[in-house]
Amino acid sequence: MPSVECRDVYKVYHQGTVDVYALRGVSLTAEKGAFLALAGPSGSGKTTLLNLIGGLDVPDSGSISVNGNAYGTMSQSELALLRLHKIGFVFQSFNLIPVLSALENVEYVMLLQGVPEKERRERARHILDEVELADMYDRRPAQLSGGQQQRVAVARAIVTNPSIVLADEPTANLDSATGKGLLELMVRMNEEKGVTFIFSTHDKMVMDYARRLIYLRDGVIAHDEKRT
Amino acid sequence: MHFTLAWRNIWRNPRRTFVITIAIVIGTWSMIMGSGFVRGMVEQMVTNAIATLTGHIQVHAQGFRSDPAVHCSMPQEEVTRLMKAFLPAESCWAKRARVNAVASNARHSRGVTLVGIDPAAEAEVSFIGKAVTQGRYLESEDPYGILIGNALMNTLETRLGHKLVLMSEDTNNDVASRAFRIVGVFQAGLEATERQYVFVTLPAAQEMLHLDDRLSEVAIMLADPGMVDETASALARKLPASYEVATWQKLLPIMTAYLKLMDSWIFIWYLVIFIAMGFGIVNTMLMAVFERIREFGLLKALGMKPWWIVRGVLTESVLLLILGSAVGNVAGLLTTMILSTTGIDLSGLAAGAEYAGLPRIIYPSVRWPDIVLANVLILILGLGISLYPAARAARFKPVEALAHT
Repeated sequence: MPSVECRDVYKVYHQGTVDVYALRGVSLTAEKGAFLALAGPSGSGKTTLLNLIGGLDVPDSGSISVNGNAYGTMSQSELALLRLHKIGFVFQSFNLIPVLSALENVEYVMLLQGVPEKERRERARHILDEVELADMYDRRPAQLSGGQQQRVAVARAIVTNPSIVLADEPTANLDSATGKGLLELMVRMNEEKGVTFIFSTHDKMVMDYARRLIYLRDGVIAHDEKRT
Repeated sequence: MHFTLAWRNIWRNPRRTFVITIAIVIGTWSMIMGSGFVRGMVEQMVTNAIATLTGHIQVHAQGFRSDPAVHCSMPQEEVTRLMKAFLPAESCWAKRARVNAVASNARHSRGVTLVGIDPAAEAEVSFIGKAVTQGRYLESEDPYGILIGNALMNTLETRLGHKLVLMSEDTNNDVASRAFRIVGVFQAGLEATERQYVFVTLPAAQEMLHLDDRLSEVAIMLADPGMVDETASALARKLPASYEVATWQKLLPIMTAYLKLMDSWIFIWYLVIFIAMGFGIVNTMLMAVFERIREFGLLKALGMKPWWIVRGVLTESVLLLILGSAVGNVAGLLTTMILSTTGIDLSGLAAGAEYAGLPRIIYPSVRWPDIVLANVLILILGLGISLYPAARAARFKPVEALAHT
């Protein structure tokens, strides 16, 4: 079963009297364990496609399914539960809850899942150790650098053992060295845990790391390239 | 962690939290103080009215209450026997002759109520035993001594030791008059009381009014004020039909109505205060929610259900409400308790307040049901109005919220 399957997806935004077509019949399939980048210029539909795959938005037509769960038949509450248990998110900015420490931010999503306190504390520590933030447990987001914040976000995204992590331009606000470190972390998580990663990006470095690069232009897939 | 998150969230903007907490503190304080003031005032009005001359229960000859004339009287010997037989042992009671009269001296005359009393028994039942501030109290053998109020003394421009002539109708429907000498001046909580009543000994009043061995009134004070209804009904059953028994609630219908009104008044007072406070709470919570639109978008993206977001915002409201009302309760109780000892001096307003029967110094009184009602209202209505900002937070769409700048 593919990890993600999109069929003929359309999304139109109505801006006043003008209809803006963000996606025009996009179809794509991502296998389990994929490391896939959605590239393209601004307005090409990358973030829209990522939001639709994450169940944060609803397509105007077409179908999307993740792990065989077809979104069209699911309620908002069921979608929320799917996001909670099966999908991890890393956003470009404002990823973390500012009043919680790094450890608490990672723990919080497990709290929502109902994981017992002791277990979630252990898992959060373990995953922060893995992303090399062992000495940053108690720091709040404002006390962390941009790269460290993104690492916490990655830790939070993968601590729940999701089948897919969606990352919207995760390196956009990072310098190249920090961005490279973050990418290598995500590659390692992908390889070690078999988690599917789908990025939207402008960043050439992210594209270089991707094993599959889908290039969007004007809401359609212009190019789909598999790399070894 | 939900609690920790809510607690930290409310301190993200300490100044705003401080301001809204102060608003809740002032609201709670006003509720407690307001109700304490009103309860204290009404309780004092009732206590004063009972102590003035009403007592807990009064016994009269049948028909006295509708026509309080001198001939509507009871035989003293029989009354004494009946009271000794039927009243609870620890209760106090006093015999009185009571009639409307005119008090006059060389300069002025004034309508008063003449009360003939048994000085020793009356001191146990009404205020007069402790109210004499000039001169002396009446003695049992005091055929020409009279006690008048300070206000009446000023009105009549007289003083201690001077003569005062009382004139009234006697039992033969003739004019009865007698000259008394002012032996004492009393001060009461109300100036109206000082102007209204003059006291002489019971034998002096009986002699003047040709009452012989008869009485107008018996006033009873019970050891347990909670037994008034029970004792009055028992007395009414046991006394002959020529007597009528009335409780203070019947004798003071305005006081009884005041007491009944108080519960409604306090509830309305609480609501008015809460409405003022409620706008502050909603405004604060809305500001707190709109400042965190992206955060709510993030939480929804992570898989938080709308109800969980509502719960989070409500937890923040509850913390603010508990914090504010806890401080408000302490402040309100402390103030009420201190003022219940020192009193609030309203003598500046007393001239106007006299007509309403208000005492000059109000001693606020704490009633626990009022405190509980105030806190329950703050918490339940506070939560109720916080539902609006909470629902707004829960309705944000994640994509739009995350794109919010």
